[in-house]
Amino acid sequence: MALSEDDVREILRLIDESELDELRIETAEFKLHVRRGGGAPDPGREVAEPRPAAATDNGARTIDAPMLGTFYRAEAPGAAPFVDVGAEIGPGTVVCLIEVMKMMNPVEAGVAGTIVEVCAENAQLVEYGEPLFRVEPAA
Amino acid sequence: MSVARVFIANRGEIALRIVRACRTLGLECVLGASEIDREGPAARLADRVVCIGPASAEQSYLRRDVVVQAALGTGCDAIHPGYGFLAESPELAAAAREHGLCFVGPPPEVMALAGDKLRARDAAAEAGLPLVPGREVATPADARGFAEESGYPVLLKAASGGGGRGIKLAGDAAELDTVYPVAVAEARAAFGDERLYVERRIREARHVEVQVAADDHGAAIHLGERDCSVQRRHQKLIEEAPAPFLAERSRGALRDAAVTFARAIGYRNLGTVEFLLDAETEDFFFLEMNCRIQVEHPVTEAVTGRDLVAMQLEIAGGEPLGIAQADVAIAGHAVECRLTAEDASNGFRPSPGTLTRFDVPDVADLRVDTHCEPGTLIPPHYDSLMAKLIGHGADREEAVDVVRAALDGLRVEGVETNRALLASVLDHEDFVRGAVTTRWLEEAAFA
Repeated sequence: MALSEDDVREILRLIDESELDELRIETAEFKLHVRRGGGAPDPGREVAEPRPAAATDNGARTIDAPMLGTFYRAEAPGAAPFVDVGAEIGPGTVVCLIEVMKMMNPVEAGVAGTIVEVCAENAQLVEYGEPLFRVEPAA
Repeated sequence: MSVARVFIANRGEIALRIVRACRTLGLECVLGASEIDREGPAARLADRVVCIGPASAEQSYLRRDVVVQAALGTGCDAIHPGYGFLAESPELAAAAREHGLCFVGPPPEVMALAGDKLRARDAAAEAGLPLVPGREVATPADARGFAEESGYPVLLKAASGGGGRGIKLAGDAAELDTVYPVAVAEARAAFGDERLYVERRIREARHVEVQVAADDHGAAIHLGERDCSVQRRHQKLIEEAPAPFLAERSRGALRDAAVTFARAIGYRNLGTVEFLLDAETEDFFFLEMNCRIQVEHPVTEAVTGRDLVAMQLEIAGGEPLGIAQADVAIAGHAVECRLTAEDASNGFRPSPGTLTRFDVPDVADLRVDTHCEPGTLIPPHYDSLMAKLIGHGADREEAVDVVRAALDGLRVEGVETNRALLASVLDHEDFVRGAVTTRWLEEAAFA
């Protein structure tokens, strides 16, 4: 299937009208990757990039799980947690680990502020997008 | 090992189909859904839904590690991969086994063998199955030598090619000499491997496949065959069981060959052996084996009265088949149409969108496998299958009438569909009067 200019326009129109941030189309003949806001993702990344912190009702934001896996608050059993309620964090602060098949993925906060709540339970399964921490953003 | 809770690593109509089979068997099920698939009938009927990642399949349905982690974390003891995505991933089957989970499919070693075209071909030859005549060639003279023995036309294929790429057709010796260097260059450029393979071209071919089932206790049977010749670019549109317009002697030979192959490679669970059938001579040739439940399994269920997905789960749990070959009876005829969100009148352009209307008429003997309802999003991330309409009747004409009536009464708004194309195939005199070939839809119907 040849991809015409009209096809590309049509695809861009569809993505514009949708709520999607990213679109991948792959056929035997071509691969198309469109991403809103620019910047191609790096599939080989090591550190789990945080999802954009989501705003909650009272102005606080949440740090959401960037992947499904087992949530760990500390580097090892018995070790001090990466962060606790009251901790001051920056966007690059590692707040927890998520284990996927024995691979420990550090999760960065992605937002600056103060941890006001730990929403997930240590060593339990968290889903993709599940809130892990609530953060009072820095002014 | 018995199965009590099943992790469903798929989406769409097949996820719902697996949920239903779990219900039938009294098993719990957990649906692993991407962020945009968290709602819908399968999610409502499952015991639990976990979000395994964003919409992009590469970051959700294709993540083996996440799928295994999600199955373990939700206390499942089996993974059903459905079709597509990771269904034929030996790595997923191996990872599941390593973590004490049942994989609903064959063992990873068998899947790896069946998935390697050359090894599968060798295994088929060893088991005595007919193969399309062909061999590896080193020079144009070598290729001409084969063609003169076997007859023109021949196909030159890149030995490591796939998906229809790197194939050249030669009608005579002069043409063969012309295309040979082009084929070498293309094979080198596309696959980094200039080895060529020459094969006789079957001009008028049908796609006929045999459903097989094998348990862990040495039993292997077939559940009849399906004809899936109505295709566009290797995508099946209409399938039927049993294969129509086929001599009983050929039918029996095909079925036996499929069981022979399954036994020869130590196959377990349900699988499908695909054959290319010469429409003129009824000679048939082994193509490949698919190690999964097929999209078109409902036509086999209709004519055999068996629940194939439940059989998969039972076999995965170590249960014996419980039926012998003599217990498998084929009753009547079944036809399936695949309704897709594609604009057939506009180059089959995918037509994603949100359904504002989805009404399927009430027709006797009609089965509809679908995840669609008003409000369902047909996302651009996945394939465009919306529904399978399956008609069952005493004979082919009756079965076709059922799906024809279903297509007539179907009302879909919000996306374009291939409804009109499906109806025109069912009405076409070539389809009504005889068996069509795999080239028919593209060449004759659109001529």
